[in-house]
Amino acid sequence: MSTAAATYDLGTMHGGLRLPARKSASTAKEIQTVPVPKQLVLPIAQHVGEPAHPIVGIGEYVLKGQLIAESDGSLSAPIHASSSGKVVAIEPWPVSRRLGETAPCIIIECDGEDRAVQTAEVRPPFDTLAPESLVQMILQGGIVGLGGAVFPTGQKLMQAATMPLEFLILNGVECEPCISCDDMLMRAHAAEVLGGAQILMHALGVSTCYIAIESDKSEAIAAIVEAKAQLEDDRIVVKQVPTIYPSGGEDQLVQLVTNREVPSGGLPTDVGCVVQNVGTSAAIYRWICEDEPLISRVTTVTGSGINTPMNVEARIGTTVADIIAFAGGYAEQSDHLVIGGPMCGKSVTTDRVPLVKATNCILVVNETRAPGAEQPCIRCGECATVCPIQLLPQQLFWYTCADDEAKLRSHGLTDCIECGCCDLVCPSQIPLTASFRNAKARFQELADEKARAERARLRYESRNERLETEKHSRESELAQQKKDALNAGPSAIDAILKRQKEKQDHNGGDKQ
Amino acid sequence: MEFERRDAPFMMPTTDVSSMMRNVLYALIPAALAYVWYFGPGFIFNFFVASIFCIGGEAMMLRIRGKTVEATLMDYSALVTAALITFAMPALTPWWVTATAALSAIVVAKHLYGGLGYNLFNPAMVGYVVVLIAFPLHMNLWLAPSMGDIDYQNLTIAETLFFTLTGIFPDHLTFDAISRATPLDIVKSGLNDMQTFSELRANPMMGDFGGRGWEWIGNFTAIGGAWLLVKKIIRWQIPFGVFAGLLIPSSLMYFLFPGVHPSPGFHLFTGGAILCAFFIATDPVSAATSNKGRLYYGFGIGLLIYVIREWGSYADGVAFAVILMNMAVPTIDYLTKPHIVGHPLSKRGQQ
Repeated sequence: MSTAAATYDLGTMHGGLRLPARKSASTAKEIQTVPVPKQLVLPIAQHVGEPAHPIVGIGEYVLKGQLIAESDGSLSAPIHASSSGKVVAIEPWPVSRRLGETAPCIIIECDGEDRAVQTAEVRPPFDTLAPESLVQMILQGGIVGLGGAVFPTGQKLMQAATMPLEFLILNGVECEPCISCDDMLMRAHAAEVLGGAQILMHALGVSTCYIAIESDKSEAIAAIVEAKAQLEDDRIVVKQVPTIYPSGGEDQLVQLVTNREVPSGGLPTDVGCVVQNVGTSAAIYRWICEDEPLISRVTTVTGSGINTPMNVEARIGTTVADIIAFAGGYAEQSDHLVIGGPMCGKSVTTDRVPLVKATNCILVVNETRAPGAEQPCIRCGECATVCPIQLLPQQLFWYTCADDEAKLRSHGLTDCIECGCCDLVCPSQIPLTASFRNAKARFQELADEKARAERARLRYESRNERLETEKHSRESELAQQKKDALNAGPSAIDAILKRQKEKQDHNGGDKQ
Repeated sequence: MEFERRDAPFMMPTTDVSSMMRNVLYALIPAALAYVWYFGPGFIFNFFVASIFCIGGEAMMLRIRGKTVEATLMDYSALVTAALITFAMPALTPWWVTATAALSAIVVAKHLYGGLGYNLFNPAMVGYVVVLIAFPLHMNLWLAPSMGDIDYQNLTIAETLFFTLTGIFPDHLTFDAISRATPLDIVKSGLNDMQTFSELRANPMMGDFGGRGWEWIGNFTAIGGAWLLVKKIIRWQIPFGVFAGLLIPSSLMYFLFPGVHPSPGFHLFTGGAILCAFFIATDPVSAATSNKGRLYYGFGIGLLIYVIREWGSYADGVAFAVILMNMAVPTIDYLTKPHIVGHPLSKRGQQ
């Protein structure tokens, strides 16, 4: 049955919220393509893990798709030039990141010709390749999770390949309000999404792929179902998930689609699932089948501070200012610039930040909670009712105030996914999520400090050990010499004594 | 362009404490009107006295504790406490009795424990228990409901106000002439005197289920409570728990030993059971926090109300039941900690 309609047979997710979608403004038009800007700003760390190492020099001319920063084999992803031009600087530039305001970026002045790098060989069809070499190829494409987590996809697949797997789940849920880039991508490029799914299934050796889409995205569902009918691939199954935020969280989606709980601190692969964003899937298809590395992405530009909300396809490295100018500029009131959605996004201080692989939404908002409006917690428990992890946010908040690390751990602070549901239902307007985020950062600092102390301890111990061995070897050397001398008989001893006496006399002579 | 930084989420919370409390006050209006209808204008005077002392006490304590007075006063929580105290008072109560209850509630039970959100005990119930013990005579001064056929001396509005302000009866009336045993008292003492429940129901104070008048106030209270449920200001677990805790044992005893135990309907429709289920036990600050915990918490209150009414020395047990279960809240919260998604099942966390 190749044209199988979307199905519901789902597990449950605790809590969550039905939020206003606010997506109609940005989905009115098709995806618009932002022209190549004058300048591209490419951070060398656009992914989870180690930054890539720049391999181009200042003044060097680069082509579109050329590798400009490579990964060193650890957890990292390479960076490719998004257009042709000259590298003018490698320097710190404002970025949207959790820690720090700036990060090293490769800055390219584009020549506007957009000349692409020529590939030497023609790639064989992906299904003739061994899964391992397919994963290696994906690693080289600079492909990272485009749902926002930006985990290097190749590494994710390598980890997954070591586990027994059952399902590939493509995440087209996009439950956060305002964001519609995955929706628009599925409408426009359903075939690429499914093509990527086939590549992923081959690389992982799984024979079932669920494509999960929120039930309110009827056009995307129709596009995917139609593309599936054309592919005639029965391994792909479309699943509708209820429109409840945060059903698109990785672990929440696994729970919804397979009714399996991802263990705390574990990964979906622990329950036989690999989750990939639909955008990642399309990017894999473009890289493997069309030889285009990850140099552009679809992003939503929206919010009450934007004149004409829309979805755009822009080169990675285009500044947010350029993209917003393309989308009709700022509205009269535009108070806060947010990279990401209204629930999990990050507010930045300047629009000079570039579009990176993680940027699924550029949001300009005017309504935010005024700082300091909070009242004491009245223990109403609404936060616990909506928490998708079944945490007790009110208790956690209490423990963050008391800085009680043991209680925070036993109450699952590290399990918090920072979805923001508790903030929205809190009648006392307490910024719960922000307090959890800070507490988690403190935990991380403590862990780092502990690791540093541990390294110092190991260094100290190994130094002591080395000194000890040196001492031992010197002692045994001396003992050996003594033994040799004794064995050699009295004449040898006399010779030594004589030598020492001479030495002493010599020293004594010096003193006088 | 430069922007000011904020923390996610960038959406506005959908509720706030003052609108919650305001809705609770609105939900009490039908019950208040019924109360005034059956027991006269004293309710209104008592509410004024309770409000003045609750808000005054709150303002004073906020000033002493160095908090901002205006912002906190605007949350209406002191007015809710005042309203609940008023419902617990007989319609004829001298002002100093109501004032003592209000100040005990706000100053002692609320602010000495750290203010809104930190109080262990339901402030209104603490205030009520203080005056129940300190002014037993006044707290027994319940009027008969004005039903027309019950022999009842009506006080005028002026006489009621005069009594509220001075505690002195009009010349032509005495305490005995106007006060009546409440239905709960009648049943309690009647059953002790070896009368059967069906005999006691012949008393003109008795209505279809509970006391006459009282049961209608109960109905109007339930309307307000249902509205709070619909508005999602309260959740169903606590009211359901209270009703289950009260009705299950009373039904059992009524059907096993008919005659010597009051009917479950009587338990439900007299005294403060319905008010407790929807408005008193549901005070979030002093209740259990998880949904399961709230079910147990409510059930405990219902059960204790029944036990105190049947075997205790007080006619009604709402205030004591609530305060006793407030004490049990930390334990309930500990035992009903929900299972964190992704954690191993059936592990009782070590704390």
